[in-house]
Amino acid sequence: MIPELGHFSLILALCLSLVLAIFPMAGSLTNTPRWIAMAKPVAWGQFTFTALAFACLVNAFLSNDFSVAYVAQNGNSLLPTMYKISAVWGAHEGSLLLWAFILCCWTVAVASLTRNLPAAVLARVLSVMGMISIGFLSFLLFTSNPFERVFPVPLEGGDLNPLLQDPGLAIHPPMLYMGYVGMSVAFSFAIAALIGGKLDATWARWSRPWTTVAWVFLTIGITLGSWWAYNELGWGGWWFWDPVENASFMPWLAATALIHSLAVTEKRGAFKRWTVLLSLLAFSLSLLGTFLVRSGVLTSVHSFAADPARGLFILIFLCIVIGGSLALYAWRAPDVTSGGRFSMLSRETLLLGNNLLLIVITAFILLGTLAPLIYDAMGWGKISVGFPWFTTMFVIFTPFMVVLMGLGPLTRWKHHEPAELMRTFRVAMLVSVAAGLLVALPILHDFSPWPGLAVMLSVWLVSSLVLSLRQRYRNRASLRALLKNPWARGNGSYFGMIIAHLGIAVFIIGVTFVTQFDVDKDVRMSPGQSIDMAGYTFRFDGVHTVQGPNYSADRGSIVVSRDGKEVAQLGPEKRNYLVQRKPMTEAGIDAALMRDLYVSLGEGLGGGDWSLRLYYKPFIRWIWLGGLMIAIGGLCAALDRRYRIHVREHAVQPARASRKTLAHEAHS
Amino acid sequence: MARYLRYLVPLLLFVLLVGLLYRGLSLDPKIVPSPLIGKPMPAFSLTRLDDASATISDTDLRGKVSMLNVWATWCTSCRAEHETLVEFARTGKIAIYGLNYKDDRADAQRWLMQLGNPYIANAFDPDGRTGIDWGVYGAPETFIMDKHGIIRHKHIGPLTGQVIATEILPLIAKLEASE
Amino acid sequence: MHRIITVLALGLLLCSSPLHASVTLESFKFSTPEQEQHFKDVIEQLRCLVCQNQSLADSDAELAHDLRAEVYGMMRDGKSDKQVIEFLVARYGDFVLYNPPVKPSTWLIWFGPFVLLLIAAALLLRSLRRQQQVPQQEIGEAERKRLEQALHNGSPGEGPKP
Repeated sequence: MIPELGHFSLILALCLSLVLAIFPMAGSLTNTPRWIAMAKPVAWGQFTFTALAFACLVNAFLSNDFSVAYVAQNGNSLLPTMYKISAVWGAHEGSLLLWAFILCCWTVAVASLTRNLPAAVLARVLSVMGMISIGFLSFLLFTSNPFERVFPVPLEGGDLNPLLQDPGLAIHPPMLYMGYVGMSVAFSFAIAALIGGKLDATWARWSRPWTTVAWVFLTIGITLGSWWAYNELGWGGWWFWDPVENASFMPWLAATALIHSLAVTEKRGAFKRWTVLLSLLAFSLSLLGTFLVRSGVLTSVHSFAADPARGLFILIFLCIVIGGSLALYAWRAPDVTSGGRFSMLSRETLLLGNNLLLIVITAFILLGTLAPLIYDAMGWGKISVGFPWFTTMFVIFTPFMVVLMGLGPLTRWKHHEPAELMRTFRVAMLVSVAAGLLVALPILHDFSPWPGLAVMLSVWLVSSLVLSLRQRYRNRASLRALLKNPWARGNGSYFGMIIAHLGIAVFIIGVTFVTQFDVDKDVRMSPGQSIDMAGYTFRFDGVHTVQGPNYSADRGSIVVSRDGKEVAQLGPEKRNYLVQRKPMTEAGIDAALMRDLYVSLGEGLGGGDWSLRLYYKPFIRWIWLGGLMIAIGGLCAALDRRYRIHVREHAVQPARASRKTLAHEAHS
Repeated sequence: MARYLRYLVPLLLFVLLVGLLYRGLSLDPKIVPSPLIGKPMPAFSLTRLDDASATISDTDLRGKVSMLNVWATWCTSCRAEHETLVEFARTGKIAIYGLNYKDDRADAQRWLMQLGNPYIANAFDPDGRTGIDWGVYGAPETFIMDKHGIIRHKHIGPLTGQVIATEILPLIAKLEASE
Repeated sequence: MHRIITVLALGLLLCSSPLHASVTLESFKFSTPEQEQHFKDVIEQLRCLVCQNQSLADSDAELAHDLRAEVYGMMRDGKSDKQVIEFLVARYGDFVLYNPPVKPSTWLIWFGPFVLLLIAAALLLRSLRRQQQVPQQEIGEAERKRLEQALHNGSPGEGPKP
């Protein structure tokens, strides 16, 4: 009964999204107020029914309703409650329902939180989001119905893939989808602006906080995915350039370019066409990612069970949405006038340069991801580019971006004298190079330039941030103002930038140092045996069996000590899940800021002996710390007071204060 | 005019991308083409599946158009193709040999007894070394050799009626006709 | 169709779960750490043909075990890196190399990113130079005041008409 209710809700939601897509848009073009006014309530209606459908599916899992095919495949009565819920999005149909649900959430968020935008514009934005909803809801209803029944009803479910039974992975898809779907807001604003012909600083201002929040979610989702992979996959890897990972990274890169581009369009009225194109691109890449993951076109360890028929449906949807938006762009963009002029050396140029680097990186990641397909389709033989190619290319391009990132915050808008810029950065450059060489020298016998380069780039970034802070707070008055009102307008943006860019520096150090200095050993150990590695002693104390809620496991006991003092007790496990019967490792990890000690259990070799892999991973936590900082930075920027339109007291600011705020804005 | 064309570039690039993706829907990304096509089949000498004291080698497959089917009892797709293979063997169009890959002798023999035996003879390759020589990376895989023992075709995945009709039979006809 | 899905689903589980039925973290014996590193270097250059996005070093597919044992055996017999790689390429094709070889057919992969960078740089320079010549389109004082008001009060500003 309830699954049928869910199914019916979806149908209703689809009908409402049809209404949402057509009437408000038509109303905005023909100036029919009644139709325009329909946007908000219909958006809420769409949300209500999709939420209901989602609740029905959750209920089906929690009540172990194995008559629903999807639950029969992915659920199980022994599954802990948390994973019964996360199983809802553990496979194709349910994850699509999550996508549709999150899309409806963003739609009502835009509908309710947007005040003082002309009703006609808001109507267009919501209509475009409605159009996207049509795509997802019809995809669900026509090809991927999560509520289909199965007969005869199995006694037990097939269980959630053991790999997904982990808290990190439970929340990773919702975070990612919040990001992917959030890009549709910028997309819809861009389409609405192209249709209406009004592409100005106001448009950029409206788009910016939505895009930043979506970007924050995407950052968290990607960081979580990487952290999970490290914890769960058993060999200490944290990024594989797998097509599905690339499918999440490309929208992130495009969105990063977009948030910076929006800043320029908002402040200077420049880059309008480029910003619009990026708004279209970010969401297009999200959709493209959806296609790549579900169509079977690429080999990936992550992809959902592929089905070319479904792939075709998504491809047609892509043609309509992306093709339509790019056609609209080709038609309307030429009429957009460019904004403020800027000289060769200016913050605009540096931001544009960075944007282009980000897009070039996105393009070559796409090239590498699609390379097997390109070569196969053209009949040029079979190739695939792997981890080494992606990493090589990425490492070649990133330093240039970091250099520009350092220069940007201190370069003036519109025009900056080159000689003056050199003067500002002279010391910073020397310090960076010196720091880099200092780090590189001790390991010269092993000559690897990477740690030195990483330190040089990070010190460069940090120096630039220090210089920027010094310039912004060069007198006591400004410091006092900051302490008195830390949440003043403009501070969120500025400190967001500081934290996010600092996060990048931390990330670079983490990645480089763990890659260069990690140590691993494949060993066979008997109970009581000790092995030394990286200054630590690992003592193996044998393996005993433990029982979990839905698995039984062999758990090893390893005691790690340093200089005779015990440092950690690790319990790596080899689990056998009762239903799917595929063995799975849980690594034993001792996490610390400066290093991880990581042990994974191999196979029992008889006589109590086991094969083990021991890892020493220095600085690895810096990778996810960096990601977290980037997300926090974005959050600070999104929460900047200047976007809080309901904060009305600023209307009575004395004239002098507003000029100072403007002066700050010139530097932020 | 050129100015307006510039804005069409993103759309044009997208159209190219869609073409590529559409083509991709009908391709299988996991298939690895074999570099052995056109080369003489790798030499091997293994015990026969049905009789551990007897041997079978590549010379047994020479002198006629032959098929080597790589299979195992742990492979579900092999189970799926077995019926087709048995039926095809009945037509007698080609000499079918098997390579029992990384399997258990007793299990394999029982399997053939229960499900039918389309093979003239089976080579038993428990450690997969011969499989490596033939570039096997999964099961089932099927090789077609001409009269001189040169590999002419490799089919990856289970044999179906359609595959036999469209790929195998025409090839056999061609190879029989040629010298 | 269901078959394909089963096979793929099995593949997914196989390639994503690090441990498989047979011996996994096999410990090969090496006489010196340099030899061990040498072995690791070689298998990191090769691709697993089952879990096709992983190197031979990382994959736990059964074929990967077999191929690692094969490589170990050859290196212990004194074969050079080149011979080992040639052996595998002869049987599995160029695809077994984790990094595609640099030859005319793969120039697209190896030089593509740099060509893209050059194109982007050229476009950037051209648009920068061109917009130096475009007459100023500053927003006037009245416009500016209205925009400020919009940002402070939250009422929509009238931007410059396109």
